[in-house]
Amino acid sequence: MSLETMLIVAAILFAIGLYGALARSNVIAVFMSIELMFNAVTLTVVALARYAAPLAIREDIGSVLTGQVFAVFIITVAAAEIALGLGIVFALYRSAESVNLSEANRLRH
Amino acid sequence: MVTEPLVWAIFFLPLLSFLLISLVIRPFLNRYGWLSGGLLIVALAVSFGLSIWVLRQHNQGADLTFAAHTWLELGDASIELGLLLDPLTTIMLVVVSGVSLVVQIYSLGYMRHDPGIARYYAYMSLFTASMLGLVLSANIIQLYAFWELVGISSYLLIGFWHDRPAAAAAAKKAFIVTRIGDVGFLLAIIYLFFQGAEFAAAGLNPLHIPDIWQAAQPLATGGAILGGAALTWVALGIFAGAAGKSGQFPLHTWLPDAMEGPTPVSALIHAATMVAAGVFLVARFYPLFQETREALTVVALVGGFTAFMAATLGLVMNDIKRVMAYSTISQLGYMMAALGVGAFGPALFHLFTHAWFKALLFLGAGSVNHASGTFNMRYMGGLRRQMPWTYLLILIGGLSLVGIIPLAGFWSKDEILTGAWLGSDLVDPWVARVVFGLLLAAVLLTAFYTFRMIFLTFHGEFRGGGAQEIADAAARQEPPPASVSEEVHRAESPLVMVAPMLLLGVAAIIAGYLANPQWVKSILTIPAHWFAEYVESAVIFGHLETPHFNFMIAIISTLVALAGIGLAWLLYQLLPSRQAPEGEEGEESQGELAEPLTKAGPLHTLLSRKYFADELYEDVLVRRGFYRAFAGAVDWLDRNWVDGLVDFIAGVCRNSGRLLAQFQTGQVQFYGAVIVLGAVLILVGYLIFGAGLRG
Repeated sequence: MSLETMLIVAAILFAIGLYGALARSNVIAVFMSIELMFNAVTLTVVALARYAAPLAIREDIGSVLTGQVFAVFIITVAAAEIALGLGIVFALYRSAESVNLSEANRLRH
Repeated sequence: MVTEPLVWAIFFLPLLSFLLISLVIRPFLNRYGWLSGGLLIVALAVSFGLSIWVLRQHNQGADLTFAAHTWLELGDASIELGLLLDPLTTIMLVVVSGVSLVVQIYSLGYMRHDPGIARYYAYMSLFTASMLGLVLSANIIQLYAFWELVGISSYLLIGFWHDRPAAAAAAKKAFIVTRIGDVGFLLAIIYLFFQGAEFAAAGLNPLHIPDIWQAAQPLATGGAILGGAALTWVALGIFAGAAGKSGQFPLHTWLPDAMEGPTPVSALIHAATMVAAGVFLVARFYPLFQETREALTVVALVGGFTAFMAATLGLVMNDIKRVMAYSTISQLGYMMAALGVGAFGPALFHLFTHAWFKALLFLGAGSVNHASGTFNMRYMGGLRRQMPWTYLLILIGGLSLVGIIPLAGFWSKDEILTGAWLGSDLVDPWVARVVFGLLLAAVLLTAFYTFRMIFLTFHGEFRGGGAQEIADAAARQEPPPASVSEEVHRAESPLVMVAPMLLLGVAAIIAGYLANPQWVKSILTIPAHWFAEYVESAVIFGHLETPHFNFMIAIISTLVALAGIGLAWLLYQLLPSRQAPEGEEGEESQGELAEPLTKAGPLHTLLSRKYFADELYEDVLVRRGFYRAFAGAVDWLDRNWVDGLVDFIAGVCRNSGRLLAQFQTGQVQFYGAVIVLGAVLILVGYLIFGAGLRG
């Protein structure tokens, strides 16, 4: 497995997630797409930590794990974000009787 | 010994009276309004005494030049306040304070029942103080300030009965029309102000009046500091101001309307003093006019034409005060014309005599109004039986105005006519001839309208007075004029009104001969030709011969005047008395006035509509010219250019806002897409141009 393969996979994941986040009208689907983008980023971070971090940094044991630590952070933040986001989705559904994003433009005016 | 404070007191006493009346009597003692009259009369009596004394001292050669006091320093310009005492000033002081004093005494009777008497005397004090300050001024800025003060007090006094719309309109008209002339005066002052460097090079102050005279004189090297076209324009600017104040054509329309004020005001301001300020102003700057033939020609022709035109208008007026107003304009035209043809002394002599007899005529008109309740001569008649004193005094004033020997007006009018006949080297001979013709024609007209007035007022049968006028107005279902009163008590006016008229009557008899005795060595220490020679000494540059009495001219003008009187007698005395028996209802038709002049048809219409000057000014110039054309153009500019610019800026903001508002859809995904697009663009831009950034 080379760095390129990993980055290409991550890019494909990110593109699929971006398309979903911008094009789907269902809020839940948008959430799932955002998760996909998170994972693409996590994959990129881990791959770069494994292959591309400079040697000088790898000498120091603490620095070697930088990418992995970031991955853990992202997973944590994603979990929190899901909790928060789902709350908003519920509130939206309760007030608008819909989870359709194109109808959620009440703050426009 | 005349000291400076004593001369200043002539001006400050009436001013002090103004302050006391307006700050003490009017707010706290308004019920005792007559106090204010007494105060002003005392102040003016002292002023008058001082004026006479100053005149005597000056005549005896006392040195009355006082150093000016610096008031303001503006850059290089220095504005000074000072006293300028020359024969012109000293004579004007006597005229102003003397006529004013008499008029104030008369007002005690005339204004007795008016609740605003304290206000009346406050305005009168302010006016007299301003006028005295005006003639004393040694600095052109100082003079201009008093000039405008005279204007504002005139405005206040014409509009004294401000609850009458006609009076309010007349006050406004007087103020605005004179202001048009004042623009010219102001422009002349501004021009002088900016000539500071040239004046300073010669050691002169461009605002000090004697320095301005000096600057207009030709230099030994040729030219003058103030010369050529500039001098002509400055002189014409000064004349424009003078024409406005003195009611010269074409700015004469305000003066007849100014008769809406109380009659003593008309006597003081619009006959004797304020309107003479214009003549005074031209005389004050006469050394300038002497050096510019063009300006003097304008002055002469405008004066001559005004004298003639105003006299024709006087022929047809029915309001006794309006007849006198046009007569005033006409007589001021005489003075201007005399100044214009170089007859400096005669002009001032006429100003001097005219002040007395015209004030007398106006006070007489007030007395007539007091008895008949109206100013409309159609409703007077036959008053000579009830008012012998007023009749006699108006007859004296009228004969003096017409110029019948030996009354005051005869002597001065004769001098003016002689001056116009002889001409001078200051103007072309044809100008003097034209002016002489106009003035001689005006003599005929003056005699006619004066005696038309006297016949209509005092002869024939009484035609009902104010009560009849109100009844007639009611029959025509029109509101009667505000000045008409229903109280008709045909009797002589009280002593407090008749006594001042007597004083003026005496002055109207003797002022002409006594001030300028002829044929004898001296009368009561007054030497022969005293006035002429005294005034001549005011001309310090060049020499102006004051013409002496001329028998030929005197005989011609007397004959012309008698012809005018005879014509008036024929039309207003002989014809009505012949026609009366023919009518079957003789008794009733006496109430109606047959006006023979209406037979002149269109000419009578033209005159009674005042040559349509009011229509020309108000409809054509003001409504069409000013409102419609000028104001319309400004309105168009405002709507289309000024508003257009604002609308354009607002439109740009609104439309760009609308355009940008299209992007705010409320769709989060759209915003996200735009953000991504932007990020991609930045990325692509970085990839393409980033090489340069990385160095």
